[in-house]
Amino acid sequence: MAKARVIITLKRTIMDAQGQTVEKALSKLGYQGVRNLRIGKYLEMDLDGGPREELRMQVEEMCRRLLANPIIEDYRVEIED
Amino acid sequence: MPTATKMRFGIVVFPGSNCETDTWHALRDGMGAQADYIWHEDTDISGCDCIILPGGFSYGDYLRTGAVARFSPVMGAVSDFAARGGLVLGICNGFQILLEAGLLPGAMMRNVGQTFVCRWVNVRVETTDTPYTRALAKGAVLRIPIAHGEGNYYADEATLQELRRNDQIVFRYCTAAGEVTPEANPNGSLENIAGLCNRERNVMGMMPHPERCTDALLGSADGRGIWESLLGGR
Repeated sequence: MAKARVIITLKRTIMDAQGQTVEKALSKLGYQGVRNLRIGKYLEMDLDGGPREELRMQVEEMCRRLLANPIIEDYRVEIED
Repeated sequence: MPTATKMRFGIVVFPGSNCETDTWHALRDGMGAQADYIWHEDTDISGCDCIILPGGFSYGDYLRTGAVARFSPVMGAVSDFAARGGLVLGICNGFQILLEAGLLPGAMMRNVGQTFVCRWVNVRVETTDTPYTRALAKGAVLRIPIAHGEGNYYADEATLQELRRNDQIVFRYCTAAGEVTPEANPNGSLENIAGLCNRERNVMGMMPHPERCTDALLGSADGRGIWESLLGGR
């Protein structure tokens, strides 16, 4: 059994209004020096075992087809045995 | 193209759709057209002249709006129908589904104000060269309701230029006087875009709800112009 983690965020070139709002709120709480706060999605799943690279390719395909919208989002896949 | 009373609309019902009855009512009782529901698991849409993907929250808007609905069994038939030139109209969540399905370019993001916006807006008719707007006047202002949390349209610069070049932007949010201003933009949508069509012009998506303003009793009958355009025949 392997575990996959997927982190999806809006592309850097796209304004993240939610992230900006939270960044401002942190600043009001006195946390100075916080920059480029981005809010995204975190998904985790268990996968039946297999070669790690194959699993990664499979999850990346899932990202392209369903989990992320490549027009506006970037994704990062982590596979852990 | 069939005549008005013969034209048959198919309204797709996904789990979580909630504007299908309003749409059915507007078409049947408001316009005297034929309209039937199509369950999203059906794959036979033959006999329909126009497919409508109605508003709502298909699959609870899980993951992204429209992201799961685009894989419903019916969508294969809808894509084929669109590829053959069939009329496909997506309203609100239906627009989001068309974007996710790649039947229209671009993507929808959360409203810039981070809130669900449910109110009357004005939109300007940017082109009458579509089956959905040909009975309207270019520059006409429609008073029409919106109700969405993800109506912030985005497309990259190249896509936007394509949209402009091919006259695919159908509606823009505007003031009552028809001026397209940042203040008239309810959700941060790129260039105030409220509706657009594909290059072939048979597929259109719009965030405002024409089915909610087909009868003056509801505060505006401006939605009728869209139905009249469709029912007027090619």
